[in-house]
Amino acid sequence: MAKLRQIAFYGKGGIGKSTTSQNTLAALAEMGQKILIVGCDPKADSTRLILHAKAQNSILSLAAEKGTIEDIELEEVMKYGYQRIRCVESGGPEPGVGCAGRGVITAINFLEENGAYENLDYVSYDVLGDVVCGGFAMPIRENKAQEIYIVMSGEMMAMYAANNISKGILKYANSGGVRLGGLICNERQTDKELELADNMAKKLGSKLIYFVPRDNVVQHAELRRMTVIEYAPDSAQAQHYRNLAEKIHANAGLGTIPTPITMDELEDMLMEHGIIKNIDESLVGKKAAEAAA
Amino acid sequence: MSDNAGVEEVKARNKEMIEEVLKAYPEKSARKRAKHLGTHEEGKSDCGVKSNLKTIPGVMTIRGCAYAGSKGVVWGPIKDMVHISHGPVGCGQYSWASRRNYFVGTTGVDAFGTMQFTSDFQENDIVFGADKKLGKLIDEIEVLFPLNKGISIQSECPVGLIGDDIESVSRAKGKQYGKTIVPVRCEGFRGISQSLGHHIANDAIRDWVFDKQTGKPARFESTPYDVTIIGDYNIGGDAWSSRILLEEMGLRVIAQWSGDGTLAELESTPHAKLNLIHCYRSMNYISRHMEEKYGIPWVEYNFFGPTKIVASLRAIAEHFDDKIKEGAERVIAKYQALSDAIVAKYRPRLEGKKVMLFVGGLRPRHVIGAYEDLGMEIVGTGYEFGHNDDYQRTTQYVKDGTLIYDDVTSFEFEKFVEKVKPDLVGSGIKEKYIFQKMGVPFRQMHSWDYSGPYHGYDGFAVFARDMDMAINAPVWRMTKAPF
Repeated sequence: MAKLRQIAFYGKGGIGKSTTSQNTLAALAEMGQKILIVGCDPKADSTRLILHAKAQNSILSLAAEKGTIEDIELEEVMKYGYQRIRCVESGGPEPGVGCAGRGVITAINFLEENGAYENLDYVSYDVLGDVVCGGFAMPIRENKAQEIYIVMSGEMMAMYAANNISKGILKYANSGGVRLGGLICNERQTDKELELADNMAKKLGSKLIYFVPRDNVVQHAELRRMTVIEYAPDSAQAQHYRNLAEKIHANAGLGTIPTPITMDELEDMLMEHGIIKNIDESLVGKKAAEAAA
Repeated sequence: MSDNAGVEEVKARNKEMIEEVLKAYPEKSARKRAKHLGTHEEGKSDCGVKSNLKTIPGVMTIRGCAYAGSKGVVWGPIKDMVHISHGPVGCGQYSWASRRNYFVGTTGVDAFGTMQFTSDFQENDIVFGADKKLGKLIDEIEVLFPLNKGISIQSECPVGLIGDDIESVSRAKGKQYGKTIVPVRCEGFRGISQSLGHHIANDAIRDWVFDKQTGKPARFESTPYDVTIIGDYNIGGDAWSSRILLEEMGLRVIAQWSGDGTLAELESTPHAKLNLIHCYRSMNYISRHMEEKYGIPWVEYNFFGPTKIVASLRAIAEHFDDKIKEGAERVIAKYQALSDAIVAKYRPRLEGKKVMLFVGGLRPRHVIGAYEDLGMEIVGTGYEFGHNDDYQRTTQYVKDGTLIYDDVTSFEFEKFVEKVKPDLVGSGIKEKYIFQKMGVPFRQMHSWDYSGPYHGYDGFAVFARDMDMAINAPVWRMTKAPF
């Protein structure tokens, strides 16, 4: 069997990482790939479309219940979902207490030590929006994800986040060998979105792997806690996810070391595309009323 | 003239020695360490070295951390409170009862100084936070040790990293049990040595003990002679042999900070007439605060060796009326015979012996008089975590040409001792065996090497005997180091 592919999905919060990753992985599973999804978000909702349910036993909640991480068995936290996709959630503390980043490290170590990665074609990490500390960078360190896919859109903050994540990848690229697999643009219907996403990918020394168009069927499937692949297998949207899956499958070893840009370069790029107008520096920080005066 | 020539020779040797040790470092480290090494020049306002700066990575420093300064030094000796080492088990376990702060009380019933309380963090506590666990720990303490007068929470590093809200736990549990519960933010990574831990601990007393007493009257009838002992940790009974002298001169000691101390004594301190400060470094902060807020003057004193004791007793008496001044003279006269006898017995055995010291924040200067009373000479000294005001004060103790080494590294200390060849080194447990193996007599000057007290006249007798025992032990004539 082929070598285990470890991939991860990163991106700004709310951009559609979990939806995109689960649909893509469902399509990969259709292709016969054996997959494990590792949800690295205290909200533990990275696998709900595959499992048709939220709130499975997360690794950390069960560890807390039992006393220590050593007391839990892999079978207790690993669930099988659509197309026999294996799902685990790291889980973590309530907002505002403890250290969720340490939780991610603990959970991943547990999975490795307990053989969760055996007999698989893909491990996919779904990481929360902002890489706020070392813990959330765990999946891009040595011997973890080889390729990172950044989910973004034509919105300024999404591109800003993509650039930041690229900085994180660059940091570990030389020591650990992690690569940027490419950008996935999840359409928001902003101005010149495709053109902008494509240009952004080039600036980062990468490529736009796929442009996922916006379609309400995603929302319909989501409400039923299903992927589009399962809910509407014959829809055009399902085909888009299959196309994306094919691209990722063919992308093994083709990742690049990203070349993050500065904030100024990012703003220049938006200006080039006419997204923001070349504004008078003297107006920066002025309220509308002040500027009018 | 010949004396002068001697001093100049020593200064030249020191300079050469310092240059030699600096050669072992990379350029940048050498440049930094050079500022901490020097020779005291007579008439200068400090000892000519930089201090209270971050230790260079890679050297073997002798320093501790903020947690050590708070839990180990300031709070730990308060005997009727339970001090929780909040975090993983190691910090509390390895510092357990290592400072020899003597106390009177029944361990586990009304005294807890030699017990180890820890929240013993596990992975889960880091990930989910340990606030609830801390609350539970306090509940258990209340059940198991109901006679505790209060609790302090000594933060280890992870508490600051995960942002546990120990203040709100302290408030809630303090209210529930009607007790003083003090959260101390002394995470070990804060600051550059234990010194910041002392400051943080002082501030915690100010905010969580003093401020809660605001407006409450003293629980005793005040007298004009109420004083406190501040910065005496009762190592081997030091505070006791100090206290009797103050009492014999007519003063009333209403609090000991913090050796053999109690929470009630801390609470009573703002009613003192004069605060007497022994360890300036670790408790000047709270003394200054009391001066500002309550108008209590403070005076530094030194109870090591008869010369300094006499001067200190008189200086303290200066703050009081004739009754106390007479009392001081009476005490001095009473102990004159004892101290004369000690000097008569030990001075001939110790005369001219050279000593190198390296201790914490007070003793590198304070013990010098005691050695000199025995005819010994301090040829080198330095502080682990002293500040510039400590080095300023040191100028009143050291002689021209004394070698000064701030935050000395293990390597430097070893090389200096090799070259200077002192008859005695006084430092800590980590240094002890290195020098003994080099064939150099050694005394631990943090713990008094399981002996003490060294404070007061009674302490001087023990001090003199211990130094004689270390230096004149026959073992040194029977061993020869192979290097």
